[in-house]
Amino acid sequence: MTGNRFARSQRMTIVNGTLVFAIILVVLQLWLLTATVNGVLGGDTATSLPAALASLVCLGANLWLLRYVYRLD
Amino acid sequence: MKRSDSTQAVTGSPSLPPDGRALEAQPRWRRDFPIDVAEDDYVSRRELVKFIVLTSGAFAVGQIWIVLKGLWGRREALAERLAVAAVDEVAVGGAKTFVYPQGSTPRLLVRTGERAFVAYDQQCTHLQCPVVPAIAEGKLHCPCHNGWFDLETGQPLAGPPRRALPRISLEIEDGTVFATGVENAPS
Repeated sequence: MTGNRFARSQRMTIVNGTLVFAIILVVLQLWLLTATVNGVLGGDTATSLPAALASLVCLGANLWLLRYVYRLD
Repeated sequence: MKRSDSTQAVTGSPSLPPDGRALEAQPRWRRDFPIDVAEDDYVSRRELVKFIVLTSGAFAVGQIWIVLKGLWGRREALAERLAVAAVDEVAVGGAKTFVYPQGSTPRLLVRTGERAFVAYDQQCTHLQCPVVPAIAEGKLHCPCHNGWFDLETGQPLAGPPRRALPRISLEIEDGTVFATGVENAPS
């Protein structure tokens, strides 16, 4: 636990920033999924594995952000 | 406001009941609403982050599912060879529908020459309307949205379709046309 290092207003700023990053990452994942489905339906399966790895990286970053937010308390 | 209250309000420490007793010992309304108003925005944003991460997990699972489906699809045994028509059964410039493999969507066999046949999935790659042969023009036509495909390759030529029709591999042997596999033509 990091304890109450931050004032409430600071924690609100941090959680808002985290929210923005998380949304950007999820939008990126949505774009990856859309592009992959489009490619696979068109017979191009070569991009599915790199896209899946990139999506997993985004998920990892999101999980790290969530853990950071919960450790603010 | 007492000094301790104002300090707590500034640092944003977890909501503690004013009497200091455990949450289980608090009245029902406080157990139902354990978050103070001052903490409400922070907690709701944090919960939103949690929901977004859950969505992120769902997208990642979808991506992995696509990869696994691709790997599993490659391991599927090739469809068996199936006699779909006798050569004489279809006149030059004529067509016939068949199902291959069993349970599939209808396929379209077209005789383009004396010993030349082509076969494609009959569903348009736009919105699954059945395509019809326009053999004189060397095309396949989807009448729903005026889509056109090349009869020789299955590639889209005009209209809304952007992907080629899946092609059925054919062999002619002893006066019989056999379907031997399905090619998922690239876009």
